[in-house]
Amino acid sequence: MIARLAKTCTLRISPEKLNFILCDRLASGGVSMWSELEQENFFSEFQMEGVSAENNVIYVELASENLSRALKTAQNARTLKIKLTNKNFPCLTVSVELLSVSSSSRIVTHDIPIKVIPRRLWKDLQEPSVPDADVSIYLPALKTMKSVVEKMKNISNHLVMEANLSGDLNLKIETELVCVTTHFRDLGNPPLASGDTPWDRDPAEMAEVCVDIRKLLQLLAGQQVNPTKALCSLVAGRMLHLHLLYEDVSLQYFIPARS
Amino acid sequence: MPFLTQRVQAETDQYCFVASLDNVRNFSTILKAIHFRDHATCFTTKNGIKVTVENAKCVQANAFIQAEVFQEFLVQEETVVFRVNLTVLLDCLSIFGSNPMPGTLTALRMCYQGYGHPLMLFLEEGGVVTVCKINTQEPEETLDFGFGNANVTSKIILLSEGLREAFSELDMTSEVLQITISPDKPYFRLSTFGNAGSSHLDYPKDCDLMETFQCNQTQVNRYKLSLLKPSTKALVLSCKVSIRTDDRGFLSLQYLIKNEDGHTCFVDYYCSPDEDVPAAESPV
Repeated sequence: MIARLAKTCTLRISPEKLNFILCDRLASGGVSMWSELEQENFFSEFQMEGVSAENNVIYVELASENLSRALKTAQNARTLKIKLTNKNFPCLTVSVELLSVSSSSRIVTHDIPIKVIPRRLWKDLQEPSVPDADVSIYLPALKTMKSVVEKMKNISNHLVMEANLSGDLNLKIETELVCVTTHFRDLGNPPLASGDTPWDRDPAEMAEVCVDIRKLLQLLAGQQVNPTKALCSLVAGRMLHLHLLYEDVSLQYFIPARS
Repeated sequence: MPFLTQRVQAETDQYCFVASLDNVRNFSTILKAIHFRDHATCFTTKNGIKVTVENAKCVQANAFIQAEVFQEFLVQEETVVFRVNLTVLLDCLSIFGSNPMPGTLTALRMCYQGYGHPLMLFLEEGGVVTVCKINTQEPEETLDFGFGNANVTSKIILLSEGLREAFSELDMTSEVLQITISPDKPYFRLSTFGNAGSSHLDYPKDCDLMETFQCNQTQVNRYKLSLLKPSTKALVLSCKVSIRTDDRGFLSLQYLIKNEDGHTCFVDYYCSPDEDVPAAESPV
C-alpha cells in the first residue's frame, strides 16, 4: 500500500515502532504521509541500536517498491528475517525461508539498497503535528469514495471536500460544463478527546478544503484492505488530514489545500 | 428512493421533462453504444427519448429508449430538445463506478426545466446521493438521411452473434468497408482492403444466422471504415441486426437490444457511401 503512495520513503526504526515516512514536499506536491506500526505486534525478535542512547533511533531511505516486492515473496513464508547489513553498500536484507513442495526449505534473500539518513536531517522527519481541525468526521466506505473520485477525476482536476459536525460529508467538483456533488450522510463525528474545549461551532456549518483530486485518488486507489477506522479532519482552506487505522498499523496522510 | 422523491416532488411542476429509472444502467448502456463523439442531441416526446450523435455529416447514430423503460416519464410539451456533452453525461451516469457490485442498483432521476437551464441528474446508491448539473447547449439541426421504405433495395436481418467476431476483427488499415448484397452469390459480403491485402467475409443467404434476406438488385457500396467501426459497440449489445441499403447506396443498420429488465431498445446507424473512391466489383 505504501509503495503505491511513495516511490521513495524513509523508514524510521526505534525500539517500539517502525515508521514509514514521506515528507518530501517538493516531490509529492505537498503531500506527506506518516505510518506507524508497533514492532511487537509483528516480530518475535527485535533488536536495534541507534546512534546513541539518547537518540536510539535509525533513519534509512529506500525505494518502497523494493521492500514491497521482497515482502511479496514472504507471503507464504515459514520465517522472515530483516536485518540492516553492509554488503559493499548499506542494505536492508530480507531473508525469507520458504517451504517447497518436497518439504525441504530454501532461503530467498533480498538485499535492498538503503541510504542512511544523517542526524542533521532528522528534524524534517518527525511525526507531523496535526493542527486544530475545524471538523473531524468518519469517512464513508472507501470503495464508494474511490469509485466516485475516480469518475470525478475524468471531469476535473480539483475537488472540494466539505464536512460538518452533523455527520455530513460532500465531495464537489465544478467546471464550465458541469457541477457534480456527492452527498454522504450520517457518517458520525469522532468524539472529542477529553480535556479539549468543546467545538464552538454550528453543527450544520460546513468546513471546506479544495485539493488536487489525483492526490486523494492516489490514497483511495491504494487501499487493498478495509481499514477498521477511517477518519478525516478538515482544516478549512488549508489541509485534509486522513487517518486510517488497520489492525496493527496506522497511516496518516496529509493533503494540502490547492493554493 | 425516498430521499430523491422528497427532494424533488415539490419542484416537479417547473420541469418540462422528468424521467426516473430504478436501474441507471438501462439508460447508460444504450448511450455507450452511440458514444463516438462528445456531443449528443436529446429529443424527448411522450413516447420516449431519442439521443442522436453525428460525425462528419456522413454518419448518424440514434438510440431510442421508450417511455415504458422508465419508472416515471413526464414530458410537459410536445417535444423537448436539448444538446449535451455525452462524455460528461456518461461520466455522471456512472459516477458510482462502471463495474457495480452484483445486486447493487443505482437509481436515476433526470429533470430539465427547459431552454437555458441545465440538465439535472440525481443518482442514488445505498443511501448516497450524487447531484449533477450539466449545462445544455443550443440544439443543432440533425441530418435526415431520407431513408424511406420506398427506396430500400435490400434488407437483411441477421443474428448479431454472427457478425460480432467479423466486426471486431475488421482490418483497420483499410480505409473502407465494402458491402456487397446480391440476389446471387456471394449474397452478403463484407470486404476490406488493407495493408496486408484484401479480406472478404461471406454470409450465404440460407445460413442459420440469416433470419431475413431480401434483395432485388446487386449492390456494392463502400463506406469509410472509421465512421462505421463505432457501431461495433451497438452490435455487441444487440441480439439482432437489420442491414438495409437504398438506391443511393445509403446504409441503415438497426440493432435490437434487450436491457437488463427485458425491455427492448433500438439503436440505429445511418451512413452515406464513401464518395472518394468509386465502388469496384469484388471478385466472386
